[in-house]
Amino acid sequence: MDSGVSVVTLPRETAVLAGSPMSYWRTVAWRLARDPATVVAGTLLVLIVLSAVLAPWIAPHDPNAGSIRLRLAPVGAPPHVLGTDEQGRDMLSRLLWGGRMTLIAGLTPVVVAFLLGTALGVVAGYAGGLTNMLVMRTMDIFYAFPAVLLAIAISGSLGPGLFNTLISLSIVFVPRVVRVAESATVQVKGLEYVAAARASGAGVTQILRHHLLANILGPILVFSSTQVSLSIILAAGLSFLGLGVTPPAAEWGLMLNTLRQSIYVNAVVPALPGLAIFLTSMAFNLLSDGLRDAMELRG
Amino acid sequence: MWQYVGRRLLLAIPTLLGASIIVFAMVHLAPGDPIAAVMPADASGADIEATKKAYGFDKPLPVQYVVWLGKVVQGDLGRSIATRRAVILDVRDALINSLVLAVSSSVLAFGVGIALGLLAAFRQGKALDKLASGIAVIGVSVPHYWAGIILIIVFSVQLNWLPAMGAASDGGVIEYLRHMVLPTVALALIPLGVITRVVRSAALDILAQEFVLALRAKGLFDRRVFLHVVKNAAPQIFTVLGLQFGFQLGGSVLVEAVFSWPGTGYLLNLAIFQRDIPVLQGVILVLAAFFVLLNLLVDVLQTLVDPRIARH
Repeated sequence: MDSGVSVVTLPRETAVLAGSPMSYWRTVAWRLARDPATVVAGTLLVLIVLSAVLAPWIAPHDPNAGSIRLRLAPVGAPPHVLGTDEQGRDMLSRLLWGGRMTLIAGLTPVVVAFLLGTALGVVAGYAGGLTNMLVMRTMDIFYAFPAVLLAIAISGSLGPGLFNTLISLSIVFVPRVVRVAESATVQVKGLEYVAAARASGAGVTQILRHHLLANILGPILVFSSTQVSLSIILAAGLSFLGLGVTPPAAEWGLMLNTLRQSIYVNAVVPALPGLAIFLTSMAFNLLSDGLRDAMELRG
Repeated sequence: MWQYVGRRLLLAIPTLLGASIIVFAMVHLAPGDPIAAVMPADASGADIEATKKAYGFDKPLPVQYVVWLGKVVQGDLGRSIATRRAVILDVRDALINSLVLAVSSSVLAFGVGIALGLLAAFRQGKALDKLASGIAVIGVSVPHYWAGIILIIVFSVQLNWLPAMGAASDGGVIEYLRHMVLPTVALALIPLGVITRVVRSAALDILAQEFVLALRAKGLFDRRVFLHVVKNAAPQIFTVLGLQFGFQLGGSVLVEAVFSWPGTGYLLNLAIFQRDIPVLQGVILVLAAFFVLLNLLVDVLQTLVDPRIARH
C-alpha cells in the first residue's frame, strides 16, 4: 500500500504527466483509479452508500414488521434472503435501513469535526499568542480521555438518542482535527511566500483563503478521512451499549446488541450487522490509505 | 533534561484539573435530577430535599465542584447511590480486573504487532508484507465488540472450548486464565493493527537512511543490520506502545460489556444505566488520571531513551 510508487508504475505515470499537464487533483484522482485496493474499497463503499440511500425503495419487507412464528429464520429461507431477527423481522430490510442510521451517526461527527476543527485550528494557528494558548490547552484537556471512554462518558451523561450520539462523537473528533489544522497552519504561516504576500499588501482574508487554506485543506481532509472508520465503529458501539439510536429503529450496532442473546439458536444471523460495520469501516480505511498515498502525504 | 521532566510534570496539573472539570460538568449536563432516579416514586418532598442536602446537590455548582475536588484529592470519591459502598473500593476492584486484561492484551498485541511490522518492513513488497499489511487493516477496521461476539460464537457456542462470560474469581488460576483468553484476543485486535503499521513504517524510514546502506556496504550481516534498525526505530515504537496501553485501559468498555468482564468498563456501564453519578464520575476520573500519568511516564521514559527530545 505504501509502496504505491513502484518501478513499474512510475515511468508510465511520468509519461502521462509529461504528455498532458495535469492539475494536482487530477493527478491524485488518476493515481487513486490505478490502485486496486482503492478501487475495490471505493466500489464497495458506493454499493453500501447507495443501498442505504435507496433502502426505502429496495428493501423487500417492512423493517419493523415482525412475526412471532418466523423468529430467527436461517439465512436463505424464502422469502427472507438473509433470515429474520429475534422478532421475526426481515434481516435484509433491517440491514439496508440500519445502514442509513449507522452512516449518518458515523459520518456527521467527522464532517462537523472537519468544519469546526479546521476553523478553530486555523484561527489558533494564525492568531498565535494568547488565542492559540487558550484554544490548544482546552483541546489538550480532551486528550486526557481515551476516545472510546470520552464518547461513552458523554453519551452516558446525555442519555440515548441519535442527536446525543452526534454531540458526543463530535466532541471526540473536533480536538483531533484542531491539532492537525493548527500545526499545519503554523507550518505554512512560517513559509516565505506567506510573508511575501503580506509584504505586498495582502489582507488577512486573502492570505487565509488563497495561501493558507489552499495548502492545508488537503492534509486536514486526509486526516479527517482516517477518522471515519473509527467514528462508524464508535457510533455503532454506542448503540450496541444502548446509548445511541433507540429501538425499534434499525441500526447496525443496536441490531448486534439485540441479536446477541440469540447466538445459541442461530449463529449466522447475529453476526451479520457486525459484518456490515466491519466492511464499511474497512472500506473507509482502505480509501483513506489510498488517498494519503495518492496525495503523497505521510500519515 | 530534568528541567524538561519537571516542566512536563507541571503541565500535567492543568490537564488533570481540566479533566476533572469535564467529568464534573458532564454529569450536570445530564437531563433529569440525579436524585430522582434513586428515590422511591412516593417519596415526600421533604425526603427528597434531605437526600439532596446529604449529597450536597442543593449548593451552587462551583461550590459543589470545589467541595467534590477537595474530597477527590484526598481519595474520597463519595458513595455509590445504588449500593452505598464507597466508590473508591468499587473502582479499585474493577481497575485491577481491567489492568489484568489491559496487560494481557497489550502483551499479545505488542508481541505479534512488532514481529509482523518488522517482518513486513524487511520483506517490503513481498507476500509476507502484503499479508502483514492486510492483517493490520483488518485489525484497525474491525469493531472489536463484534469480534468478541464472533469469538464467543466459535469458541464457546460451537466448539465449547472456552467460557463466554465473567471472570471466575473463585475457580482457581487455570479457570481465571481460561476466562481471560477470549476478551484478551478481542481487545488485542485494534492495537495489533495500529502497532503493525507504525512499526512497519518506522522500520522502513530507518532502512531508507544512508547509514543502513553504509552498514551493508561494510559487509554487515542482515542480522546485525536488523539490530541497528530496531535500535533506531525504538523511540518511535515505544511512544505508540505507551499510548496503546493507555487506550487498552480506557477503551475496554465495549469488550467488557460483551464478556461481562467485571472491570472499569463494566462498572461504568452499570453506573450509566442506574444513573449512579458518584460511580460514573469516579470511574471516568480515575481512568483519565491513569491515562494522563501514563502519557507523562511515556514522555519521561522517552527522553531517557532519546535525550534529543528534551532539547526540542
